[in-house]
Amino acid sequence: MTTARTHSVSGASASPVKRSPLASTLLNRRLWLGVLGWTLALMIFFPIFWMVLTGFKTEADAIADPSLIFSPTLENYAEVQSRAGYAKFAFNSVVVAFGSTLLALLIAIPAAYSMAFLPTKRTKGTLLWMLSTKMLPPVGVLVPIYLLFRDVGLLDTRTGLVIVYTLMNLPIVVWMLYTFFKDMPKDILEAGRMDGAGTLQEVIYLLLPLTLPGIASTGLLAVILSWNEAFWSLNLTSSQAAPLTAYIASFSSPEGLFWAKLSAASTMAIAPIIVFGWLTQKQMVRGLTFGAVK
Amino acid sequence: MKLSRVLPIAGLAAVGATVANAETITVATVNNNDMVVMQSLTDAFEQSHPGIKLDWVVLEENVLRQRLTTDIATGGGQFDVMTIGTYEVPIWAERNWLTPLDNLPEDYQVDDLLQSVRDGLSYDGTLQALPFYAESSMMYYRKDLFDEAGITMPDQPTWQQVREWAGKLHDAEQEQYGICLRGKPGWGENMALVSTMVNSFGGRWFDMDWQPQIDSPAWQEAVSFYVDLLNDFGPPGASSNGFNENLALFSRGNCAMWVDATSAAGKLFDADQSKVADKLGFAPAPVAKTPKGSHWLWSWALAIPASSDSKDAARQFITWATSKDYIALVGDREGWTSVPPGTRTSTYENPNYQQSAPFAGFVLDAIQGADPTDSTLEPSPYTGVQFVGIPEFQSIGTQVGQMVAAALTGETTVEQALQASQRATERTMERAGYLD
Amino acid sequence: MSAGRVTPVGSFLATFMVTDMNKTRTSGRTIGGLRTLSLQAPAVSLLFLWMIVPLAMTVWFSLQRYNLLMPGMTGFAGLENYEYLFTDPALWSAMGTTLLMVGWVLVITVVGGTLLAVLFQQDFMGRGIARVLAISPFFVMPTVSALVWKNMMMHPANGVLSWVAESLGLPAVDWFSSLPLTSIIIIVAWQWLPFALLILLTAMQSLDEDQVEAARMDGAGPIAIFFFITLPHLKRAISVVIMIEMIFLLTIFAEIFVTTSGGPGLATTNLAYLIYIRALLDFDVGMASAGGVVAIILANIVAIFLVRMVAKNLEN
Repeated sequence: MTTARTHSVSGASASPVKRSPLASTLLNRRLWLGVLGWTLALMIFFPIFWMVLTGFKTEADAIADPSLIFSPTLENYAEVQSRAGYAKFAFNSVVVAFGSTLLALLIAIPAAYSMAFLPTKRTKGTLLWMLSTKMLPPVGVLVPIYLLFRDVGLLDTRTGLVIVYTLMNLPIVVWMLYTFFKDMPKDILEAGRMDGAGTLQEVIYLLLPLTLPGIASTGLLAVILSWNEAFWSLNLTSSQAAPLTAYIASFSSPEGLFWAKLSAASTMAIAPIIVFGWLTQKQMVRGLTFGAVK
Repeated sequence: MKLSRVLPIAGLAAVGATVANAETITVATVNNNDMVVMQSLTDAFEQSHPGIKLDWVVLEENVLRQRLTTDIATGGGQFDVMTIGTYEVPIWAERNWLTPLDNLPEDYQVDDLLQSVRDGLSYDGTLQALPFYAESSMMYYRKDLFDEAGITMPDQPTWQQVREWAGKLHDAEQEQYGICLRGKPGWGENMALVSTMVNSFGGRWFDMDWQPQIDSPAWQEAVSFYVDLLNDFGPPGASSNGFNENLALFSRGNCAMWVDATSAAGKLFDADQSKVADKLGFAPAPVAKTPKGSHWLWSWALAIPASSDSKDAARQFITWATSKDYIALVGDREGWTSVPPGTRTSTYENPNYQQSAPFAGFVLDAIQGADPTDSTLEPSPYTGVQFVGIPEFQSIGTQVGQMVAAALTGETTVEQALQASQRATERTMERAGYLD
Repeated sequence: MSAGRVTPVGSFLATFMVTDMNKTRTSGRTIGGLRTLSLQAPAVSLLFLWMIVPLAMTVWFSLQRYNLLMPGMTGFAGLENYEYLFTDPALWSAMGTTLLMVGWVLVITVVGGTLLAVLFQQDFMGRGIARVLAISPFFVMPTVSALVWKNMMMHPANGVLSWVAESLGLPAVDWFSSLPLTSIIIIVAWQWLPFALLILLTAMQSLDEDQVEAARMDGAGPIAIFFFITLPHLKRAISVVIMIEMIFLLTIFAEIFVTTSGGPGLATTNLAYLIYIRALLDFDVGMASAGGVVAIILANIVAIFLVRMVAKNLEN
C-alpha cells in the first residue's frame, strides 16, 4: 500500500474546487442536510431541553401551562445541593461505571479479537449463548443474588456493584467489539503481519487505533448502561456505595410537587455523561489515514 | 494487681468506651417533605447526641418499601432505622422482625401520642414503631367557586351531594373540573380512596371467612358511583392521576373539589406552591351509608429492625425524631405549617400550630375518628381502613386497582372489572391458604 | 441466562475441547502464538459462572414454596408455582403485550436509526453537536425519562404535546388513558433510538468510501447507493442492534412502573411487570423465580426466531 488514501469524513467526497460548476448545488445540498439534521436532532433532544429548563422554574411554574417565559430561579439547585451529597453519589457512579466498563473491555477485547479473526465453528454458538445469559429478568433473581451478596459481604460495596455491572455488560461489550472488529478491512492486518508484527503488537499498534471508533462507542454505551442502571444499584447498596441513580430516586415521586427538583437533580446527574459523550463522539469519527498508521 | 497495671488498663478501657460510642447508624426513609426536613436537622441531632452519626438513605416510597422488605426478610442488616407504615408494622412485628419499643423514657410522653395512631403501630399491646407523621383523608374545595354557585358546605357532606355540586361546578371548556380523584392503579393509590368509598357504601374486602366480597352489591354501587363521578365531572386522563398529579391540578386551580390525604393541606395552603391558597375550604371526607371507614388512617413510623447492631443508638434517634421537642424544633426552623402532623395531642393544643394551620381541627378529628379495627359496616376479619393488613394485600390491591382503572377508562364495564377482581383475589387467597 | 439450550452449552464445552491450536485459518494462514482458548476463556468462563449460579438458584427456588414474608412456610412445591402461573388468565395477555412492545420499538429504532445514521454521516455544519443531541436521550435514566414524558410532554392538561395540538386546533390526546401501550412504546423507542443510531453510525465509519465513489461515478443515485451499498454493509450492525435491544426490551419495567402501573386493566402489563405484581409484591420468591424461568424461555423463543432471520449475517 504505497498510495496514501485520504478518507474524507463527509459523505460528499471531492473538494468543491474540482466541482465549481456544481458548487452552488452542493452548497444547497449541505444546507438542506443541515436543516434536516438539526431539525431532527432538536426534536429528539427537546424533552431533555424541556427537562433542563424545568430545573430552573419554581414548582408552581413547572406544573403550569408550558411556557418559555418564566422567572428563572436557582432554588431547586440549592435544595438539591443541600439535601443529598451529590459528590458522594457522583463519585460512586463514576467509579462503578468506568470501573466496570474498563474491566469489561479488558476481558472482552481479547475475546472479541479471537472470535473475529480466529473464528472456529463454535464461535457463533458461543456468541449467541453469551447474549442469552442476559435474558433473565432482574426482578426474578433479586432475592437469590441479595442472599448471595449478604453471605459474601458485598452488600453496599462499590466492588460488588462493579462485579455485577461487569458481568451484566460483558455479553454486550463482546458482541459489539466483535461486530466492529469484523468490519475491519483484513488487508491492513495482513500488511502488518507481513511486516513481521506479532499478535500482541498487532493488537496494540494496529487493531486498537483502527477500531477506536468501535471501542469508543462500545465504551460509551457500557458506561451509560452502568450509569443508568437502576435496579441493582438501588437494591444492592444503601449508604456507602449508592450511585446517582439513588440520588435521583430520592427526588422522584415524593408526596408533593417535585418535577422542578427532579429536573434539576436529573440535569446534574446527566451532566457528566453528556461531557463524556461529547468527548467520546470525537473519537468515533475515523479521520486517520492509512498512511499515518505506518 | 499493681496500680501501675490497673491505670493503663483503665485508661485503655476509657478510650475504648469513647471510641465505641462513635457509632454510625443508617437511617432509611421516604423522600416526603417532612422526612427531608428531618434529614436537614441531622446537625441538631448529632450535636445533642455526640457519638452518634447519621447516614441517610432516602428513596421514593415504592422503591424504599421493596428495599426494606428485602433486607429485613433476609436479615441483611443494612439498616438501623427503617421508615415504615401502618401496613407493614403489624405484619413485620408478627414475624419478630422489629424491636419492640417498651420502656420508653418518661420525658418521651408516650401517652401524648394519638390513640388511633398508637394502636395502628402496636402489636400484642406493645408499640413496635414510633409515629413520625400521620394522615387521614378529607375533602378540599374551592370556597370561591362554592360561594359563586351559592352552595354552602354542610358539616358532613355526602357523596350524593358531592355529585350534585360537581355537576354544577364542572366546566371542561375552562379546564375547571368538578372533582378530582385518584385514578392511578395501586394498592396505595386509587384503591386507598376506593376502599374508603366501599367502606362508606357499606361494603368490605373480606367477610369473616376471608371470602372476597368484591362482587358484592356494595362494591358494585361504590365503584359505579366512583367511575361515573370521575367520568362525568373529572379531569381527562384521570386513570393515570395519583396523589401528586391531583395535587398539581388542584394547586393550579383546575379542580373544584378533591378528596385526598390530609397531608396535602399544608402544601395547598402554601402560597409559593399553590395558586389557590387563599380560596381553600376544608370539609370531612364524604360519607354514603355509614361514616365508618370513610376516611383512612396512615402513619409513617420509625422502627428498629431486629437485625440491627446499633439498637441503642437507633432508639435514641427515633425517640428524638418523634418527640415533642423535635416538633417544636421544626416549628421554629421551618414554620408551624410544616410541622409533622397527626402524631401528638400536644401539637394540636399548641396555639402556634392552631394559628398557622386552620385545617388542624379537621385533621385531628379525621385521624381520631379513623379506627382500623372497626372500619366496615359489617364485621370484617382484618385491620386497616384503606388496606387489609395481610401480606398478600399489596398484590391484591394493585390487581384490583388495575381493574378499576380499566373500568374508569371504559375498557371494561364496572361489573366485568369487579368480577375479574373477585376471581383474581380468590385465586390469591386460595394460594395463600386463607380459604381452606 | 440461557434456559440451557443444548447447542450453546454444547458449543461452550466444545470450545474447551479444541486442542489443536495451530489449525489452519480459512484464509490459509496459520495462527502464531496465542491460543484461541486463552483469549476467550476469561470472558466465557466468567459468563458461565455468572449464568449458572443465578440460574441454578432461580430454578431451585422456582420449585420451592418460598415466601419471604412467611418464613415458616417452606417446602418442595414441585411444579405448583408453574401451574399457578400458567393458569393465570393474565399470562397470555402479558406475553402478547411483551411481544408487541418489543416488536414496535425494534421497528421504530432500527428503521429510524438507520435513516438517521445515513443522515448524520453526511457533512453539514455543526454535525458533531447535532450528533450528541440526537444521542442524548440514552443518557437520561429511564425513570426520569418516563416521568418527563408523562408529566411534561404527554399530560393532557399541561403537557407540551397537548399545547402543540391545541395551537394547531386539534384536540389534545389523552395519551395514557386511551393509548397506554402506544405511549409506552413512544417513550421506550425515544430512549433506544440513540443506541441504534450510535452503533449504526459507528458501523458506517468503516464503509469503504472508494466503493461509494465508484458507484457515484457510474451514475448511481443516492437511493440506489443506500440500498445496494450502505444497507448491506450495515447488516451485521443492524443484527447486533436487534439482538441487544431485544434483550433489554423484553424486560421493560421502570417505564411501566412509573407511568401506568401496568394499567389500565392489563393494557401495559408485560411479563416482567406481571411477575412483579404477582410475585415480587408478595415477596413470593418461588413464584418470582418461576416467572423468571418462563421469561427466559420466552426470550429464547424470540431469540431463535430473530437468529434465524439474521443468522446468515454473522458469518461474512
